[in-house]
Amino acid sequence: MREPLRITILRHAVLLAFVAISIYPVLNVVSISLRPGDRLRSTDLAIIPADWTLASYAALFTEQPFLRWLGNSLAVSAAVTVTGVALASTAGYAFSRFRFIGRRATMLAILTTQMFPATMLLLPLYVLIARLGLVDTWLGLMIFYTATALPFCVWQMKGFYDTIPASLEEAARIDGCTRGQAFWYVVLPLATPGLVITALFSFMTAWSEYIVAAQVMQREEMFTLPLGIKGFQASLSSQWGLYAAASILVSLPVVAVFLSLSRFLVNGLTVGSVKE
Amino acid sequence: MATVSIRGLHKRYPGGFHAVRGISLDIADGEFLVLVGPSGCGKSTSLRMVAGLEEVSEGEIRIGDRLVNDIAPGDRDIAMVFQNYALYPHLSVRDNMAFGLRMRNTPRAEIERRVSAAAAALSIESLLARRPRELSGGQRQRVALGRAIVREPAVFLFDEPLSNLDAKLRVQMRAELALLHRRLGTTVIYVTHDQVEAMTLGDRIVLMNHGVIQQIDAPLAIYRRPANRFVAAFIGSPTMNFFHGTIRDGGFVAAGGAARVPLDGVAATVPSGDAVLGIRPEDFVVGGGDEDAAAFATAEVTVAEQMGHETLAHVSIGGATSIVRVPGNRGVAPGDRLPLGVRAGAMHLFAADDEGRRLA
Ligand SMILES: Nc1ncnc2c1ncn2[C@@H]1O[C@H](COP(=O)(O)OP(=O)(O)O)[C@@H](O)[C@H]1O
Ligand SMILES: [Mg+2]
Repeated sequence: MREPLRITILRHAVLLAFVAISIYPVLNVVSISLRPGDRLRSTDLAIIPADWTLASYAALFTEQPFLRWLGNSLAVSAAVTVTGVALASTAGYAFSRFRFIGRRATMLAILTTQMFPATMLLLPLYVLIARLGLVDTWLGLMIFYTATALPFCVWQMKGFYDTIPASLEEAARIDGCTRGQAFWYVVLPLATPGLVITALFSFMTAWSEYIVAAQVMQREEMFTLPLGIKGFQASLSSQWGLYAAASILVSLPVVAVFLSLSRFLVNGLTVGSVKE
Repeated sequence: MATVSIRGLHKRYPGGFHAVRGISLDIADGEFLVLVGPSGCGKSTSLRMVAGLEEVSEGEIRIGDRLVNDIAPGDRDIAMVFQNYALYPHLSVRDNMAFGLRMRNTPRAEIERRVSAAAAALSIESLLARRPRELSGGQRQRVALGRAIVREPAVFLFDEPLSNLDAKLRVQMRAELALLHRRLGTTVIYVTHDQVEAMTLGDRIVLMNHGVIQQIDAPLAIYRRPANRFVAAFIGSPTMNFFHGTIRDGGFVAAGGAARVPLDGVAATVPSGDAVLGIRPEDFVVGGGDEDAAAFATAEVTVAEQMGHETLAHVSIGGATSIVRVPGNRGVAPGDRLPLGVRAGAMHLFAADDEGRRLA
């Protein structure tokens, strides 16, 4: 049945409106980052202003410790991602496959931590990290982020393993694998989409976080990118050009990570293996 | 190749369910042994204990002369074919078959040789590069078989390998399995709930119910002399007809008196009293008594199922329904009254209690 024209027009109008709403700010930031000086407002409607310049970008690298912040952010995010994937993939497997005393209780406890907003956990976790002498260190921030990202990742991985038939592992064990080998050669390859989601989630948790970083990192040289960028926004004269240019650069790694991992996000990896 | 010996095997699942209750059995080298029984009777559990996938609660399992209770599945020199095939979905057919050999560090050339040979034997050479999801059910079944064959194990374990195939393919694969076994001569333990598979494939059949072995014997021996009423009802299709009644004065009288038959030669060994008489549908003779058959009852046909080469007549004898197999396509119609006899030596007498042990 063909859709009436009115409906088609209405549908597209709504979709276009939302596309505009989501794209406009991004384009606006691009535009600001290319303007000379710190002109936040402009009557010019062009996305690329007539007098465009890369001065703001250059200033980030020459006049500001942008590279240092980038390094901090990358180091912490990479560490959170690796730890998150390693711990979630193994813990999720244990919850999915083994029946042990306290399994349900532990799973519920993990879920419970997700009921509190991270800001609420800020104080106790900060005290913890301060006691450990980890204020102003990569490790301190990494522990913080891993602790907040892990519960979701563990549940997510458990759910994923639950969809992988146990008979595949049994076949592998009869084929000569130890439990560990069966996990490595058969289960993990089939859990790739789950691992990718875990990796993306861990990375994003660390990469774009501000509030926690603002507590743990106190010296400017230890700042992560969100902290550093916030610094451009002073109460009297904000450096909007730098702010915008840095925002654009911060998003690039995220886009790169998403693009490179998205091809692993396919459904139905286990299709055809078993017949239920 | 190897013998398998099972002694006093028990399985209690966590939670307390007692799934296998003390089974003992010896499987000869090269034998095709079929474990058969209704769903839930503990066949898979028993097989999985032999495979090492399920812990043994009590008892001993020996493969060859090695006690394997505490040996890892991969070190038991067995291969298993699962009901759901359990092919590795991320590997090609070739790699699926080679996986077990690679795990055992078999030389590359030897892997290549064995995979090619198995693929040829199963006619799946053209599928070697495909992934499992690109195969039909029957092809997946062959690959699963191939994966077991290349390992050249001492014992094959099959858990309902044909039950996911359609009827036609099942008949074909059944024949191929029989052929394969004759060619390889490897010991096989084959689990099925299908009595036809059991009858056609097994050198011997082990019939289980509620975790207990009911009878172990060659297919025809079980068919001819079922050890109890459960076995009698399970083996044979349509199932055996049972009549509750009494033995007295050298004859059997069905409850209500609708049927009676002399038990020449049998009654001497069986005490008088309550009993159950079993008669297979093909052991009735239409036309009543003559020198080969003893007169039994007159029955009214309620339903006549024409199969072409035979007719299955559902008849009412004293209010209870029995099935009579009438050879050929001789006209039998609902409402007909058939005089029925029983072929000599085809009567099975069982105890009337729940156990239903064979009396004669
Ligand atoms: N992991 C398990 N935990 C508890 N009970 C089980 C488990 N696996 C099977 N059972 C029970 O044990 C009995 C035998 O199961 P199984 O050996 O699979 O039967 P089948 O003869 O159909 O293969 C069934 O009643 C089943 O419900
Ligand atoms: Mg089963």
